[in-house]
Amino acid sequence: MAQAAHAEHAPEHPTSTGLDNRKLLMWLFLGSDCLFFGSLIATYLINYGKSLVGPYPHEILDILVTSVSTFVLLLSSFMFVLSLAAHTRGDYRAFRVWVLCTVILGCTFLGFQVFEFQQFVHEGLTPRTNLFGTTFFTLTGFHGAHVTIGVVWLLSLFFLSLRGKLGPDKNLSVDIAGLYWHFVDVVWIVIFTVIYLSGVVAGTNAAGG
Amino acid sequence: MTQHHAETPLAAAHTPSERWREKAHPGTATYAKAAVSLIFLTGVEVVIFYIDPLRSVVIPLFFMLSIIKFALVAMFYMHLRYDARLFSWFFVGGILLATSVICGLIALFKTIFV
Repeated sequence: MAQAAHAEHAPEHPTSTGLDNRKLLMWLFLGSDCLFFGSLIATYLINYGKSLVGPYPHEILDILVTSVSTFVLLLSSFMFVLSLAAHTRGDYRAFRVWVLCTVILGCTFLGFQVFEFQQFVHEGLTPRTNLFGTTFFTLTGFHGAHVTIGVVWLLSLFFLSLRGKLGPDKNLSVDIAGLYWHFVDVVWIVIFTVIYLSGVVAGTNAAGG
Repeated sequence: MTQHHAETPLAAAHTPSERWREKAHPGTATYAKAAVSLIFLTGVEVVIFYIDPLRSVVIPLFFMLSIIKFALVAMFYMHLRYDARLFSWFFVGGILLATSVICGLIALFKTIFV
């Protein structure tokens, strides 16, 4: 299996590292995207507690709803590794089933985010309300945009496979798409901890509740 | 393609198996174990969130659990544990830069969760 995986991930042409440049580029992009999200998280943190008017994080963030959407995104990552494993062993039908499951879970996560945004706007929190609103919508909005791009990417893989254009020689393309999808997942792990769990606890403690 | 690869001196000197070691990706069982661990750790986060006596010490706990979850996804789902070490360096480099930006800005503005 090691040999098979090695052959499928062998570079299209010789490179100085012996590694495929497309995968190397994707890792470089993910490294730079860490910096992008790091900047957004830093902006949220340095403005935390500086909103002059409400609603404040501990008043409005719903941990139970966000926990469910976090479970959904974690599950979607699991579905995608199953699809990659199916593609690697040449089971393209299973690949399409798992990719479709990943897409459905990704859309479900986006549905949760739209629901949450609608609730917040209904309760008076918009990007223009206060510093919390501005930094929260910017950070989670950019994450949502990443998820949307991921869903479109995975859907394109599904349709390519349906047309028979995603054979064994395209295993690396599936692997690279997976890297992006899992990155979106790890970013959410950080957002869920920093913005939701810690943000609400710190807000409640500061309010004396 | 393999023949062409071997004929090139540059590539022959740096094949992935020699300079950047790559191992076979894990199987479904390992993926499932990672998934169960991730779901369990998220469950633990949510449960301790609702335990009032822990409120004063819970934030470092959240960060520890988050780091474990992050590492699980990166190592097993993104295959950093199995792929060439160079990929890990690129990713960890990005994470370290991002962390230093966050720490630098927090130090500059002297504010975190106030």
